Amino acid sequence: MRTIRFLLEKEFRQIFRNKAILLLIIIMPVMQLIILPLAANYEVKNINLAVVDHDHSSYSQKLISKITASGYFKLTGYNASFKEGMKLIEADKADLILEIPHGFERNLVRENHQQLFIVVNAINGVKANLGGAYLGSIIRDFNNDIRLQLLPVSKFSGAAVIEISSSNLFNPLMKYKFFMVPGILAILVTMIGGFLSALNIVKEKEFGTIEQINVSPIRKHHFILGKLIPFWVLGNVVFTLGLLVSWLIYGIEPLGNLLVLYLFASVFLLAILGFGLLISTFCDTQQQAMFIMFFFMMIFILMGGLFTSIDSMPDWAKIVSRFNPVSYLIEVMRMVILKGSGLRDILPQLGTVGVFAIVLNAWAVWNYKKRN
Amino acid sequence: MEYVIKTDRLTKRFGDFTATNEITFEVEKGEIFGFLGANGAGKTTAMRMLCGLSIPSSGTATVAGFDVYKQTEEIKRNIGYMSQRFSLYEDLTVQENIRFFGGIYGLSNREIKTKSEDLLEQLELKNEAKKLVASLPLGWKQKLSFSVAVLHQPKIVFLDEPTGGVDPVTRRQFWDLIYEASAKGITIFVTTHYMDEAEYCNRISIMVDGKIEALDTPANLKSQFKASSMDQVFYHLARGAKRSD
Repeated sequence: MRTIRFLLEKEFRQIFRNKAILLLIIIMPVMQLIILPLAANYEVKNINLAVVDHDHSSYSQKLISKITASGYFKLTGYNASFKEGMKLIEADKADLILEIPHGFERNLVRENHQQLFIVVNAINGVKANLGGAYLGSIIRDFNNDIRLQLLPVSKFSGAAVIEISSSNLFNPLMKYKFFMVPGILAILVTMIGGFLSALNIVKEKEFGTIEQINVSPIRKHHFILGKLIPFWVLGNVVFTLGLLVSWLIYGIEPLGNLLVLYLFASVFLLAILGFGLLISTFCDTQQQAMFIMFFFMMIFILMGGLFTSIDSMPDWAKIVSRFNPVSYLIEVMRMVILKGSGLRDILPQLGTVGVFAIVLNAWAVWNYKKRN
Repeated sequence: MEYVIKTDRLTKRFGDFTATNEITFEVEKGEIFGFLGANGAGKTTAMRMLCGLSIPSSGTATVAGFDVYKQTEEIKRNIGYMSQRFSLYEDLTVQENIRFFGGIYGLSNREIKTKSEDLLEQLELKNEAKKLVASLPLGWKQKLSFSVAVLHQPKIVFLDEPTGGVDPVTRRQFWDLIYEASAKGITIFVTTHYMDEAEYCNRISIMVDGKIEALDTPANLKSQFKASSMDQVFYHLARGAKRSD
């Protein structure tokens, strides 16, 4: 135990001595948490729309003004021909073309039937998808308005309409920030912990100081623990700062118990730090460690369920994400913060991440060789 | 005679390259043993095996009475090691380094305190105690490094080219430290490229291409090879070497 005390004393001294890194560790996540959620916005606004109106009727005018009034679209072109509209798309001045055919109003009134044509520029997939969907729902709405106008009295007319009303549980206003901030915090904690630990042992290898450790009677697990604990403390500090930022700036107060949240974050940190230390024991230079960690970080983040839902991934990806500790943290953060889940609800995730922590750290101790 | 290091055909192979080829020798308790050889002769590899940093490919060896295969942790408790590269923590102060290495060898707080005071006094580093090691000149670093390696009173201390790149005056002071440690009963196992330093040793061995080609006192070696200086002895043996880096 005494050895660990000396190891910890040394590690903390080194951490606190490097003021620049310390500041980065503290300030970087806070800044990112303040800035990133503002940018990582799922709502798409300012979709550039070109309208090709062959009808020039009062209905087509009504439809266009309804679309522009929605606030999502910016009318960037009002063209006489589809060709001109296409040119706008090619020049990247329009994301969508809505073509209103000749006789739009007449056919709608007389024949109860009309088609509209929407062209979507799918280079930016998210914008195209959402833009198309928004436009579709506005047109549907417009359609309902017309039906009411045309068939005001008839109770038995037309097909039965199912009206759907939905309510968003746990995030009633669908504020994307409530959804993104806990996830981004999860990723920041992962990055800080992962990179710091991955670079640490390998740094001692580069500087040659590991030789002096290896030739001493220090036990392997003491050495690893001496590395693990300081970063674990640091990780918890970053996590706390993150929670404070999300409370002060975004007004996110965890519905669930803070202790449950910290319990999970603590176990998660052990897992991700163990992973970093494991990488560190495999590498000879900080550069190698950096690139390997970067490789895994990309996978952890993109397959962690922050940006895309894991449920909609292909089966193989679902299996991969089961081995992704970050996916559990993001999930639990959202559960506890937004839904108010308790210890019992997160037990499966806690158990899995606990197993990760044990396996990764044991592997790191095993793979750290005092002699070769 | 009591031997603190005993090797028998100790060998280390890396693939089909034999770095250290069946070396057999003994080091007596309390002596200063010079371990000489050209670059790439296999000195560092041999030393790393004896320190428990490298697993031998074949042969046997005991250090301080412990087996280099099975009892490396016991060996590590009984030796000090100063590697070719400076390996104290540059981002810790002189005092913090002393405290850390004292601590991990199990010295008590009181021992650490008195020993580090003595050490700082002896090295005339009192004013630098709170300075980062990175800011010290190389010569001072090497002296500090040695003093830290013998802080826990090991039975043997292994020094791998401790005076490389150090000025002559500091080298002289460094050897004063070595004699002082030797006087306290610590066996010194040292590699060097300086032939004047070889003369300071009680006995020396000269390695060529992974093998020990000569082993005796400096005086005996000189008469054996009919040479007037250790320089000539070394040159006579090492010029036949095929390996160098």
